[in-house]
Amino acid sequence: MARAFVPKVVTANDLLEGDVIYLTADNQWSRHLHEAYIVTDTDQADQRLADSQGHANAVGIYLADVTLTGPEPVHFREDFRRRGPSNYHHGKQAAS
Amino acid sequence: MYSYSDFDAAFVTERNRQFRAQVERRIAGHLTEDEFKPLRLMNGLYLQLHAYMLRVAVPYGTMSGPQMHQLATIADTWDKGYGHFTTRQNIQFNWPRLRDVPDMLDALADVQMHAIQTSGNTIRNVTADHFAGAAQDELADPRPVAELLRQWSTDHPEFQFLPRKFKIAVTGSPNDRAVTRAHDIGLRMIERDGAIGFEVIVGGGMGRTPMIGKVLRDFLPQEDLLPYTEAVVSVWNLLGRRDNKYKSRIKITVHEHGIDAIRDMVEDRFTLLRSQFTGVDATHLARISKDFAAPAFVTQDTAPFDLAYQRDPVFRSWVDTNTSSHRAPGYAIAQISLKAHGQTPGDATSDQMRAMADLAERFGHNELRVSHEQNIVLPHVHKSNLPTVFAILQQHGLATANIGLVSDIIACPGMDYCALATARSIPIAQEIATRFDELGNEHDIGDLKIKISGCINACGHHHVGHIGILGLDRAGTETYQITLGGDHTETAALGVRTGPGFSAEDIVPAVERVIDTYLAIRTAPDETFLHCYNRVGMVPFKAALYTTSEHADAA
Repeated sequence: MARAFVPKVVTANDLLEGDVIYLTADNQWSRHLHEAYIVTDTDQADQRLADSQGHANAVGIYLADVTLTGPEPVHFREDFRRRGPSNYHHGKQAAS
Repeated sequence: MYSYSDFDAAFVTERNRQFRAQVERRIAGHLTEDEFKPLRLMNGLYLQLHAYMLRVAVPYGTMSGPQMHQLATIADTWDKGYGHFTTRQNIQFNWPRLRDVPDMLDALADVQMHAIQTSGNTIRNVTADHFAGAAQDELADPRPVAELLRQWSTDHPEFQFLPRKFKIAVTGSPNDRAVTRAHDIGLRMIERDGAIGFEVIVGGGMGRTPMIGKVLRDFLPQEDLLPYTEAVVSVWNLLGRRDNKYKSRIKITVHEHGIDAIRDMVEDRFTLLRSQFTGVDATHLARISKDFAAPAFVTQDTAPFDLAYQRDPVFRSWVDTNTSSHRAPGYAIAQISLKAHGQTPGDATSDQMRAMADLAERFGHNELRVSHEQNIVLPHVHKSNLPTVFAILQQHGLATANIGLVSDIIACPGMDYCALATARSIPIAQEIATRFDELGNEHDIGDLKIKISGCINACGHHHVGHIGILGLDRAGTETYQITLGGDHTETAALGVRTGPGFSAEDIVPAVERVIDTYLAIRTAPDETFLHCYNRVGMVPFKAALYTTSEHADAA
């Protein structure tokens, strides 16, 4: 049996600032994970990932696993990307 | 110190102009990221987890007061007011914006610094003994040779697209402070029949397949250095594997072909190349060497030092822990710890950078060094000035007396910054240092090197730590493996893994159990951790690590 699809968001780094960005429902990039569009099946994931490749202001675009509610990151790496480093109050945590 | 020639200045200016244009083309959309990435890496610009990172070369770890001042200005103008000194004797700025990077590079060029070849598959910043030119045990200053290698390797047309990165380290002392046995090429200056030459070590390295380097030539005359080094790199450039980046470093090439076969190929190539080097390199080395002439050491009364040493136990502890013997009478080498307990190893604020720059200008013959242990060195301080230097360091949070002790931890940036990391390093270092500060026993523990890497690439040198810690991702959880018995010196050795790893919560207590075991079984206070481990082996440490209920619960 096929493994259940883990919901995902499309994420990247911003070309100019270098910070973490997420693809929203209307194909814009947001600084906030909670504004990201959650893809729920493989076809949709492939499609949105392919569509986003043409975005000139996004670098290193990939799919990251999230929970359906929130969404919340599944992996600690994505949690750090969403928040910022643990040694200083820098990165996204400083803006929020 | 080396001062740029007109050629150097023009080269860096032109390179910066090119990179500025490349950045503009990238922003305008005329270059794709795939096209731009190798260009930015050649100029030290990475894209990490939260931002870009600019890695600036501090050649062989040497810089002047004005250069350190400029780093502080850069940190304030374009970054977040601090910099991170690395195990490669570089400094990294963690928060630059792409548009600002060309201005940062121009500001660096203003003080004869750059970020060229601090990344990419090139010959990287040549590193050297951080006590070079000052150490009492030194045969000769390795920096002129390091500078010669830098000039030869910078933009070397044959070596811009190597199979992988290539790192060279040089030491002029028998006591190896440059970790030469863990570099692609390690050069150890030695003397034979009154002439200076090198023991050439090749194929050392850390990363996922750690290797201690092997001797390729037991004595290479100094005048043959460039053709011989060029022969080594060019043999590897042809043989090195480009099909698998995990097998591309020269350590794997040496391992796969054998040191004898590599030696034969290098000697053949060297014979050919030697005739092409017309001696201009030796002439040039002689010219470079003049720039590294010893400063005008002064003769002064050391009474102020003697008095303070006698009267002030805090000063005495700092002197005993953070200073080393200097070759000039009345002088000391002073290490400034960037490892205040609970702080990020290797980080300095712009205020601290300015304070260190001022100290170098006022009391240190205008010289600073970055050590691979992520501290700053004032290599030439007259002892009479040490009490003042210490007082100023205290005002800036830079007077921690912990060089070589348990809290003087090497830690890579780990997953707090690095896109390659599999776990965090910095918080583990902070917690270990804080814990042993609370226990108040680090001076009793004595000489102990803890080195932490946040992934298998081993930027934190964990393989050669007396206690090495490697952070991994095990099923979505940060997990830390311990190695024991590593040695980064002339008696280099790779640490041995103790067994299963520990969670982020359990790693600090685990380190504490290792150290408690050492304290319980050492024969005398002057038996160091490493000596003790080499005497008794893994067994008692393993027992302490894995027989407690704590780990049974965690496992």
